[in-house]
Amino acid sequence: MNNSNKNNKDEKKIVLKIFRENTAQKTDRHYDKFNVPYKKWTTVLDALLHVKSYMDPSVAIRYSCRMASCGSCGMKINGIPRLACYTKISELETSTIECEPLPNLPVIRDLVTDFSRFFNHHKNVQPYIQSNDGVDDSDTEKKTFSFYQSPDDVDKYLQFSYCIKCGLCYSACPTVGTDLKFPGPQALAQLYRYFADTRDEAKNRLDIVDDRHGIWRCHFAGSCSKVCPKGVDPALGIQLLRSYMLGISKNEKKLAKKIEIKTNEENI
Amino acid sequence: MKELEHDSRNNLEGLKGWLNPSRYGWERISYWFQRITGVFLLIYFIGHVYETSTIVNGQNAWESFLELTQTVWGHLFLIMVIGASTFHSANGIRLIFTHVGIGLGTPGRPDYPYNPSSLNYRQKSGIWIALILSAAAMYYGFTVLFGE
Ligand code: HEM
Ligand code: SF4
Ligand code: FES
Repeated sequence: MNNSNKNNKDEKKIVLKIFRENTAQKTDRHYDKFNVPYKKWTTVLDALLHVKSYMDPSVAIRYSCRMASCGSCGMKINGIPRLACYTKISELETSTIECEPLPNLPVIRDLVTDFSRFFNHHKNVQPYIQSNDGVDDSDTEKKTFSFYQSPDDVDKYLQFSYCIKCGLCYSACPTVGTDLKFPGPQALAQLYRYFADTRDEAKNRLDIVDDRHGIWRCHFAGSCSKVCPKGVDPALGIQLLRSYMLGISKNEKKLAKKIEIKTNEENI
Repeated sequence: MKELEHDSRNNLEGLKGWLNPSRYGWERISYWFQRITGVFLLIYFIGHVYETSTIVNGQNAWESFLELTQTVWGHLFLIMVIGASTFHSANGIRLIFTHVGIGLGTPGRPDYPYNPSSLNYRQKSGIWIALILSAAAMYYGFTVLFGE
């Protein structure tokens, strides 16, 4: 009894200041404050779930994996886009933690934003391997073909393929903040990811972003790479892509050799 | 480029977010200064062309315009021009290289804590050097303009 009282007294608390708005019901924008207990390892997502469980179940958040893999819990925490599940309260070192929806994405409700525009930009750069002879990476899944790539070939794009589409970079980018048609760091980095892949033979992918609102709007403010939780470094991908588009670095890409796999049935 | 749906401007950071460069490290500050100084230099440049063209109205017109720079505020304005042009040129040369992917490192296999190679210390030093050169040039300008 005594012991648990003592524990309660020692329990550290944080003020969680949460942005509230229900766009469909046109409610006023305001902030709600909650006093939440936390431990050294409590993440902002844990604290938000505590609020939902014990204080106000109506707080809207989006999350799934709780381990920086699904990319759904992005929000502005103390002014900077971060993953709530990847941000510990103890590392923020403030007595109040402000949670707001990710900037540059329309608010649906509270901390949940609409990713349609972001995903449209992603789709727009054709983020899949294209080939001229109809053999593509779906054939590797069917195990009828395999592509030969050296570890060096893989290293050219692997980093960019770690993107979890969390939208943090899109939120941090100053160009996105004023130009909705700009593809944003995520989509541009993905374009480079497929461009640099030796399995990809797409001819016109670069034309997609060679546009007034395209890659040339990047001014290398670096904020995308600063906030990316997966080390994708979209700013690097964009500058490397621009280097090709300006003809500074030559595209010496050698296409990966395709090897037909003889299935067992044929051998029998 | 294909028109995209969902063009809602709800929650865009816009100019308000732009005006605060302090949240994202030195590269964002560099971007911010490059634009501020660029626009400032453009304004100066227009004024400069206007000023030099007053010569067509005779020496008096030219000299009366030049008088403006002989005041304390005129001196301070010129010191700003010195600082802005020094930073803008030095950092601009760095940006010309970065914009074509030079000096940013190569893609690799990222590992925790995921320090992005494009935000490396060579780049940060470039920004610091541009700022230091700019401060030094302004100091020199100050001693010349406000000195004996
Ligand atoms: C040695 C001289 C100069 C160099 C090396 C230089 C370099 C650059 C570079 C690389 C940029 C692009 C920055 C970016 O993409 O974010 C830029 C932007 C700009 N510059 Fe210069 N510049 C110089 C002189 C000038 C002068 C004399 C003016 C004014 C008349 C000027 C006005 C601008 C403006 C308005 C911008 C746009 C800012 C922006 O895009 O963020 N520059 N400069
Ligand atoms: S590049 Fe990084 S910050 Fe941007 S969406 Fe992908 S994982 Fe998120
Ligand atoms: S909950 Fe999946 S990334 Fe945070």
